[in-house]
Amino acid sequence: MTAIPPTTLTDRTEADTRKVPRLTRAEQRAIAAKGRLSSPWASGIAIVLAILWTVPTFGLLVTSIRPRSDIRTSGWWTFFTAPAATLENYSEVLFGSSTSFATFFVNSLVITLPAVVIPISLALLAAYAFAWIPFRGRELLFVAVFALQVVPIQVTLLPLLQQYVSWGLAGSFWVVWLSHSIFALPLAIYLLHNFMKDIPSSLVEAARVDGAGHVTVFFRVLLPLLTPAIASFGIFQFLWVWNDLLVALVFVGGTTDVAPLTVRIAELAGTRGSQWHLLSAGAFVAMVVPLVVFLALQRYFVRGLLAGSVKG
Amino acid sequence: MDWLLRPDTTPEKLTLMVIAIVLFVVVMGAILLGIDRLRRAPTWVVVAGFLGPTLLFLAFGLFYPGLRTIWSSFHDGRGRNFIGLDNYVTAFTQEQFQVVLRNTALWVVLVPLAATFFGLVYAVLVDRTRFEYVAKTLIFLPMAISLVGASIIWKFVYEYKPVQGNIQQTGLLNQLLVWLGMQPQQFLQDQPWNNLFLIVVMVWIQAGFAMTVLSAAVKAIPDDIVEAARLDGLHGLSMFRYITVPSIRPALVVVVTTIAMATLKVFDIVRTMTGGNFDTSVVAYEFYTQSFTARNQGLGAALAVILFVLVIPIIAYNVRQLKLAEEIR
Amino acid sequence: MKRIQRRRGLALAASVAGLGLVLTACSDGGDGGGGGGDEAAATFDCADYEQYGDLEGKTVSVYTSIVDPEAQEQEASYEPFEECTRAEIEYEGSREFEAQLPVRLEAGNPPDIAYIPQPGFLRSLVQDFPDAVQAAPQSVIDNANEYYTEGWVEYGTVDGTLYATPLGANVKSFVWYSPSAFEENGYEVPTTWQELLDLTDQMVEDNPDIKPWCAGIESGDATGWPATDWLEDVVLRTAGPEVYDQWVNHEIPFDDPQIVEALDAVGGILKNEDYVNGGLGDVASIASAPWNEAGNGIPDGTCFLHRAANFYQANWDEGLEVAEDGDVYAFYLPGESEEDKPLLGGGEFVTAFSDREEVQAFHAYLSSPQWANAKAEVTGQGWISANSGLDRELLQSPIDQLSFDLLTDETYTFRFDGSDQMPGSVGAGSFWREMVSWISPGQDSQTTLSNIEASWPSS
Repeated sequence: MTAIPPTTLTDRTEADTRKVPRLTRAEQRAIAAKGRLSSPWASGIAIVLAILWTVPTFGLLVTSIRPRSDIRTSGWWTFFTAPAATLENYSEVLFGSSTSFATFFVNSLVITLPAVVIPISLALLAAYAFAWIPFRGRELLFVAVFALQVVPIQVTLLPLLQQYVSWGLAGSFWVVWLSHSIFALPLAIYLLHNFMKDIPSSLVEAARVDGAGHVTVFFRVLLPLLTPAIASFGIFQFLWVWNDLLVALVFVGGTTDVAPLTVRIAELAGTRGSQWHLLSAGAFVAMVVPLVVFLALQRYFVRGLLAGSVKG
Repeated sequence: MDWLLRPDTTPEKLTLMVIAIVLFVVVMGAILLGIDRLRRAPTWVVVAGFLGPTLLFLAFGLFYPGLRTIWSSFHDGRGRNFIGLDNYVTAFTQEQFQVVLRNTALWVVLVPLAATFFGLVYAVLVDRTRFEYVAKTLIFLPMAISLVGASIIWKFVYEYKPVQGNIQQTGLLNQLLVWLGMQPQQFLQDQPWNNLFLIVVMVWIQAGFAMTVLSAAVKAIPDDIVEAARLDGLHGLSMFRYITVPSIRPALVVVVTTIAMATLKVFDIVRTMTGGNFDTSVVAYEFYTQSFTARNQGLGAALAVILFVLVIPIIAYNVRQLKLAEEIR
Repeated sequence: MKRIQRRRGLALAASVAGLGLVLTACSDGGDGGGGGGDEAAATFDCADYEQYGDLEGKTVSVYTSIVDPEAQEQEASYEPFEECTRAEIEYEGSREFEAQLPVRLEAGNPPDIAYIPQPGFLRSLVQDFPDAVQAAPQSVIDNANEYYTEGWVEYGTVDGTLYATPLGANVKSFVWYSPSAFEENGYEVPTTWQELLDLTDQMVEDNPDIKPWCAGIESGDATGWPATDWLEDVVLRTAGPEVYDQWVNHEIPFDDPQIVEALDAVGGILKNEDYVNGGLGDVASIASAPWNEAGNGIPDGTCFLHRAANFYQANWDEGLEVAEDGDVYAFYLPGESEEDKPLLGGGEFVTAFSDREEVQAFHAYLSSPQWANAKAEVTGQGWISANSGLDRELLQSPIDQLSFDLLTDETYTFRFDGSDQMPGSVGAGSFWREMVSWISPGQDSQTTLSNIEASWPSS
């Protein structure tokens, strides 16, 4: 972990250039680099970009608390001159179904956690093998795994479902976890391999010379260095699984008590798609958890992928 | 033990979840421990331990279905009769198909480039500033929204209302045009620009991914390089051009590749926003409609294979990068 | 609690003519269904359910495209059956129904019962999965023959075997208008096609600022379907039901001159810049206006006429009264003459994929007037059935009653939505897409129809 600045994000942002002696080398360099690019107009561009990226979502947030008739007759920005708010949309989203909203929420959570842990663990092991264990056909195999990224999930649905049905597992959490794990693997391996192979080979070799086997090297040397990269990829995988509708629809459907939040939210549009106004509220309800996860783990992001890209 | 398959209550579900994770850890742990115990295990055993479960998963869940897709692409709609290349002929001679290919090319070039560009610029601009934490969250926000949700958001943005009586614009973009004294536009219908308006949605989502990964890479640029460059008198844009970008090149390749792959597969945006009308369809959407709406599995499979072929250049590029990296090491 | 509240609210709306009260009606808690009067979910007597036997511990899974809020009314309508036979109905609604049902069938994981909204889809399922789709048992055949007209039975029949029975129905030959606006301007409801055109001209003349018609065909990945309904309705009027049947069954080419003529007639309204698109823009705006909001110009005063099915009533803003003397109402889209009365409609069909006892019993229940009436009782508005045993008085909105009257009036010639009977690649594919191109960028009628003809599957 030597290459990671020991300071936390807050320390860094509050760092004062006058207290140079107390700063690490990385921070001095950071401040220097900042001085190069942070001209007023650079900040200006950053602010403009941030606004551009946020306004559509903000509009949706405002829309979600407006009454249906207002939504269709005037833009959301008129809300500020003539506010008319309602929680009707949210109450319909949260309480409009015969199944308790909490059920869907728990289902989403139960689906997501294993579907994040399992593929990342497997991908780490695989990435290690591809990066540090020399064996015949390694490159070919790696390219093949990488190329599997492009297989559209839709073509896999039928063969997988057939198999699950014959195992008697269709409609259970097990097949959802399995499917999500499978679909996540190629990208996870590709990304983690990229961080893994950039770890200085001197570190690995030193351990090998000391007589450590691959398993020991993996757990003792590489895993600690990769923790931030794992956390970062974990968040993306979390998002993808949390927002997934297709896998859930096909493998668990909506009847059983297995259906996640997305299934419920997709239904909000109504049988003939006439309830679109509810989707704005639904989208926000679904966003809460991923956002909390991101905010909670952003620290990892920032210190984050650093470790993986350390050059020897 | 029925609840292992069909848990009813929340405690049952949570217990099941914990069991699943523990089970997985125990199984993998046992395999690895076994390998570790075996002194001087032959390489293939070690490789099998590290890679085995993964390859099994992939062979079952992606490779086999992929092969099956290639097989169905040479068969008719119901997968009964071999019809040779007919599906490919149909796909390529379809009147609209040139447009579909053109659109797909547009997507797969513009989305990765634009998303990476915005992500990188933003990552550099907010790097180590006081508002970095908030600023990154804002760009990341779209990532947390599902594709369908994002499409709905942008449908609102593009909404069109005519200039007539006291009808108000409800779409932000048209309202801006009206405020500027221009005529409102039907963004999703004006060909070929409508494609760009759809692409914006994907860029908007993926820029968060690019920003996150690239931001970390930027922070990891070794000090000595930066200092040396500074001594050479590099500033601002030239620092960005000659130091930042080359230093994070591997991360850039990863980001562009990942986004390009995701872009090739994405169909929800087209589906939700235009339904493939007004010459906005892409191969992934055609694949979806042929397979699931028109229920012509053969043609759908052929389109999936075309998608696969489109990826070959990306794979080739990555293989070259890989080779280069190996040589350096 | 919320569920009960809603359902009770819906039932209460029966006694209150208005429709906006649904959500405000209060609950007084209470018993689980068997109660009396218009306060309970549905009235029933278990003696009538003895024929289905005791099905305790049995479960029937139902898979449909009907999702909330309509799904809750569906589930409520099964309660008498569940309570009396003690069977359990597992309901699943999904907007991806049409894409997912074949996947489930192929994987060997079918639901017990599915509600299929298109006879064309039913036909292709029977062809593709002859072992999975179950022929209707005798009890269902008897119900079908007794309570449904020959035409409706025919839609559920493939190659002489009855598979599916109608569930709900809808009527598409309606033009929505504002009774008060008509009265203000002295307009009369037209009774012939020519009168309709004359009325439109009159509106243009009286109100230079207003376009009389408003229309929208945007519907996500199903964009274009409202335009196919337009064409079908006009084919029925200009070419007649016989030609319509030949056209739907592809016995004449899709681009037969008579169909071109009909499409031009549609264009006479939808592509006439003087007539459209009130409050929504020019002709091209029809293609991007959401179908479920396009009629709002009527209460807003930016258009007078909007052709849409009876189920469009769910899209009016809360607080608008749907009645002949209310804020909005619909008149029958007139034929060429007053005697010529074709009627376009649609519906779903109950199809079974299992011949277990409880599945057959439930199928029989769904095809019976018992169910139709139970459903009517728990539904606030927006549902009808072609079941002749349905008690009209139980229907709770005037437009539902009018729809039911038209459906059961023998002077009207009923025809099922044509695109729903065509192969999926046309009826849910090229037909939609080409109609969109016809509107925007404005492809001509002949090219449009020829393109669809070319896309018709060869086998």
